[in-house]
Formats: sequence, structure tokens, C-alpha cells
Amino acid sequence: MMATIRESLIVQQERDLVVCRNRVKEVAVKIGMGIVNQTKLITATSEIARNMLIYGGGGVMRLEVITRGKQEGIQLVFEDKGPGIADIQKAMQDGFTTGRTLGMGLPGAKRLVNEFTIQSTFGKGTTVKLLKWKNG
Amino acid sequence: MATDIFEILRLNKQQILQLWLQNQQTDTEFSDNFNTADELRAQSAEFVDLLLSTLNENNIHDFSSPDLEPLIDYVSSLTISRARQGFSPRETATYIFTLKDSLLKVLSDQISGDLSQLYQATIQISRFVDNIGIQSFETFITGREEVISQQSDEMAELSTPVIRVWNGILAMPIIGTLDSARTQVVMENLLQGIVDTGSSIAILDISGVPAVDSLVAQHLIKTVNATRLMGAECIISGIRPEIAQTVVHLGIDLSQMITKATLESALKFAFNSLQLEVRRIQKDKVI
Amino acid sequence: MEKIPILKMGKFLLVTIQVDLYDRLALTLEEDLIEMVFKTGSKGVLIDISALSIVDSFMGKIIGNIAGMSSIMDAETVVVGMQPAVAITLIELGLPLSGVHTALNIEKGMALLQSRMKADLDDDENDGDD
Repeated sequence: MMATIRESLIVQQERDLVVCRNRVKEVAVKIGMGIVNQTKLITATSEIARNMLIYGGGGVMRLEVITRGKQEGIQLVFEDKGPGIADIQKAMQDGFTTGRTLGMGLPGAKRLVNEFTIQSTFGKGTTVKLLKWKNG
Repeated sequence: MATDIFEILRLNKQQILQLWLQNQQTDTEFSDNFNTADELRAQSAEFVDLLLSTLNENNIHDFSSPDLEPLIDYVSSLTISRARQGFSPRETATYIFTLKDSLLKVLSDQISGDLSQLYQATIQISRFVDNIGIQSFETFITGREEVISQQSDEMAELSTPVIRVWNGILAMPIIGTLDSARTQVVMENLLQGIVDTGSSIAILDISGVPAVDSLVAQHLIKTVNATRLMGAECIISGIRPEIAQTVVHLGIDLSQMITKATLESALKFAFNSLQLEVRRIQKDKVI
Repeated sequence: MEKIPILKMGKFLLVTIQVDLYDRLALTLEEDLIEMVFKTGSKGVLIDISALSIVDSFMGKIIGNIAGMSSIMDAETVVVGMQPAVAITLIELGLPLSGVHTALNIEKGMALLQSRMKADLDDDENDGDD
């Protein structure tokens, strides 16, 4: 039995995106995730972490290897204390943006993972949870 | 004055085993499946031994208790080995449940005086053996599921062969329904094939796909677009009349991809774009 | 500051991205590359991304920008060597990079640029008032 992985990474500056991506990749390789799923998860990580940096003023990424039944996967929780998202419905639409990004981040990331939840309180912050199964 | 039922059971181990073996023999269902009676006897003895040595008044109520792990492991491996020998799950379950009869028989003989205690003990033992039965069933089903998932993986691999039809041209016949999991395998194999062979044209033949709905069409479009990102062209061939009909009726837009009715015309198109030509060689007539 | 080298090969520019592409670096690349297209008058840009293990929407946007900007300066951009997993991910992300030419490897990308330049010349010869 492998030791469970559970850790937090701080996302405060652009360089931290690379650190997050690399750490997710390491863990994905460690649990034996296939190359396509790895790439999807890392890309989703990059999208959400960048959003958190640009719109949420930075935050933390919590990484955890979880098992449910016979499935093993990686769960990532991104938490910021930024201004929050005024209209989540709108933010989840392709091409909607309030800033300098393409507006593909949230909806695109959702398509790349198995489970995606977003919670935002206007003025308090945003939490995005991603889950990708090893064989998902 | 409560008598310790576990002590009673332990003291009457031999009798329990004897009764169990007898019950097994009267049960006509499993008579000749086991190689030898000795083998059955040894296995049953080991089971009774393990059961009586691990069972106590604490863990009888708590099947997830850690000290029951050896017993559960034993039941699991017993189920697997019996399944391999060709026993049906019913036979294995009957084997386990006949043990209950012999345990209860011994108890009722020994504590016949105290009916309320006998009743309590009967319920406890029944529940416990039922749990063992459930454990055996779960093991059986888990084993089946493993086999099924392994087979479906193999099927996905087998059913998506990438064929190099010419230098620079790949073909991939798709047989069966194209769901999103399948599309992922198709894309991966096709794109990897393109990288491995350095091909610039890939033909995806869908004559073996039973129906094309908007979801399948979406998967095809994704595959074509991913191929383009790699720097290769993807042609969809094998568009049967029914498929053409449904595509138009459903209002699916396939205009952004190159589609051909047959693999033959797709191949012609591919030759053309690679500036190749197939010609009949003029031979001198010998007559 | 870190920079991605841009090589001039005949009429074309070649960029091979070998490092982790963080956003600032990608923006610098965009600026430098457009500057180089202008300075050298190159007719084609080859961007080799075979070493990149991911392309997210930001990098996709930069690649699209480079292609768009080069194109109005009369240069074509070809992205070469994209990994299969990256291609699948980009499609799922919803980013088909429609305005960008692609090729399997540098050699094929070069051939593509050459054939397109030749086609341009032919066009010019055929209808001079273009």
C-alpha cells in the first residue's frame, strides 16, 4: 500500500502555476494514470490555477489521492478569497470572460475531468473542486 | 447464569465438523464436484478451526472487526478456488449455510434448558454465518467484475486496429458503437499511429458503426479535429445511405470534414492528395 | 531573463520550445517572434512544440496570436510536432486552433511552408493583378 498523498500548494505568482502543474504530473505518474488523462488533468489544473491567480488574487491548491471503490484518482481543490464570481452560470459558458483570458478555462476544465464542482460567494471567494479517475 | 456459547462450540468442534460433513453429503447438489472426500474434509476442518478460534462475543456483532480479517480472507480465497473448480455460487453458498445447521444443532443440544439463551445464540450465529455467505457472494461478484472489465479493455484494444494501407496513409475500421470511452481509445490509437508511421492521411471507416446520432457525429468531429492539430488529414469513409439519411434528418453538420461513401473512394482521394496514381500496366498480348 | 531562442533558417524562422512555458515567457516569445518576422522579412514561422506536455488555453491563445499577427505581416505559421495527448486535450478543452497550420514534424512543416510559398508565386504569375 502506497502512502496516501495529501498536500497543499500556494498559488501566489505565475511561476507557481508551473510548480502546480509539475506536482500534479508527478502524482499522476505515480498512481499510474494514462498519458491522455494525465494531460487532461494537468491542463485543467493550469486553467483553474490561472483563473484563481488572475480573478481570485491567488489562493491554495489542495491535492489528494483518493480511492472510491475500485477506482483511484486525484482530487484537486482550488480555494481563493477573492471577489467571487457574480454569475456562475455565465462563467461556465464557453467564451465568456471578464478579463484577459479566452473564457475557456472553467467550461473547458470541466470537460477535461470526471467531476467538477464550483462554489462561489460574491465578495468572499471561490472554491473549485476537480476529480480525475486514473482510468476515467 | 449465562453459558459461554463460544466455549460450547469450541468444545464440540469435532461434532460440528462431523455434522457439517454429513449435511454436505445429504445435500445431493454437491456430491461429485470435489476431487476427493479427503480434500473436502480437510478444507471443512480448516474452516471450522478458523471460525471457532476467531469467533468471540465481541466480533460476532461486528463483521468489520479487524480480528476477523483472517477468516474473511479465508472465505474469499475459498470462494475463488471453488469458483475456479467450477462450483456455482449457489453451491458455495449452500456449503457455507449447511455449516449454520450443524452449529445450531450443537447449540440446541447443549443449551436445551435455557430457551431464551438458545434463541439469542441462534440469532447471533445465524447472522454471523449469513455475513460469511454475503462475503462469499461479494467475492464471487468482484471476481466476475474484474474479468468483465479486463475483457472490455481487451475488446476496446482489439476492435480498433490501425492499418497502414500505404506509405503515408493509415486506415482504421470502426466496428460497433462509438461512445465517448471508445472515441478516446480510437483517438489515442489513431494519433499514435500517425506519429509512429509519419502518415499524413488517416481514413476512419465507419461502415461497421450501426447508427450515427448527434453524439457519435460529435465524436467523429472531435477525432477529425484532433488529427488536424497533429498536422494530418482525416477522411471519414463508409457512409451508408441510412447514415447519410439520419445525419441530414437530424440536422448534423458534417460539412467541415471530408466524407466518402466507400473506403475505395477515400483511398482514391488520399492517393490524389499525395500525388500518387494507380494505373493498369499495359502488357503485350501474347495471343 | 529566460528567453526562447528563435533561429533563422533561410526564409523561415524556427522556434523550438523546450522549457516549461509559463505565461510571461509565452508573451515574451510572442513579442520577440513578431519582431523577428518584421526584421528578417521571413515568410514562414515554424513552432516546434513536440517537447510540450500540455498546451492550455493561454498558450493556445498565444499560438493563435502569433499566427494571426504573422499572417497580416504576410508570413505563415505552422505548429509542428504536437503530442497526441495534447491534441486530444485541446479538442476536449474546446480549442481547435482553427487559424493555425499544423504538421507532423519540422521536415513536413518546412515542406508545407515551401509548397504554400510556391503556390503563392504561381498565383502571382497567373493573375498579376492579385
